[in-house]
Amino acid sequence: MDNTFHPLFYSFHFYLFGLIAVASALLFVTRKSPVAAALWLVNVMFCLAALYLMLDAQFIGAIQVLVYAGAIMVVFLFVVMLLNLGHPSELADIRGSGGRLAAGAVGLALLAEVAVLTRARFPAQLTPKAAAALAQVEQPGGVIAPIADSLFREHLLAFELTSILLLTAIAGAVVLGRKRGATDAR
Amino acid sequence: MLAESLLLSAVLFTIGVVGVLTRRNAIILFMCVELMLNAVNLSFVALSKLYGATGQVFVIMVMTVAAAEAAVGLAIIISIFRHRQTVHLDDINLLKG
Repeated sequence: MDNTFHPLFYSFHFYLFGLIAVASALLFVTRKSPVAAALWLVNVMFCLAALYLMLDAQFIGAIQVLVYAGAIMVVFLFVVMLLNLGHPSELADIRGSGGRLAAGAVGLALLAEVAVLTRARFPAQLTPKAAAALAQVEQPGGVIAPIADSLFREHLLAFELTSILLLTAIAGAVVLGRKRGATDAR
Repeated sequence: MLAESLLLSAVLFTIGVVGVLTRRNAIILFMCVELMLNAVNLSFVALSKLYGATGQVFVIMVMTVAAAEAAVGLAIIISIFRHRQTVHLDDINLLKG
């Protein structure tokens, strides 16, 4: 998304997602329940994914949703569940009318923007600037090729070291998480 | 949007630091560290618009390290919980003397 097409639209969304991210982060550090905190942190990560999209890092945005919001936070929630730290009364709460109104307003605003975007997309393809930007995104390799170039040429050693790091982490997590005496019990 | 991104990144990092300093639940402490890593990632992505795709490669590396850190850290927390039945950091004071 380039800010030259719809400058106001772009900056409005940038500030919207930025504000939601900061508000969610503040709610995250002030929650008592680990489950509520984790869910607010997931909200922060989704907002950051939206910001990555707007900063022309579409691949990083997708990875953010898949890895951070999808995998890492699930591990956190899984540990909270395994250690039985969340209390049912905190999980089952339904917010008051203020929270419901705010959630409804944000949801309606985002839905309206999706509607506006789907209507605006076709004419936007016809303007020369937008056509050039779309061609840049849709060329073979698209937005991933520059990252792959950099990752597998300049930073190949770092990439290989990362695989060793992950292997070490897997081994460490299995050893640490194993029950004491599990090998004796068979 | 570069200045705004860096400002937002700084604010999120500060919130993460405040969380690390004020919270005493080990799991929430780890989540605050994740928030700080995310804030740094936002800086990398914003600057990669100026300086090319290397910033995005850095983000991928940071995400990998964050995943490894979460896996090992949570395994340590589970291991501590088996011994002490708590994840409250003030109760884990064996080395305090």
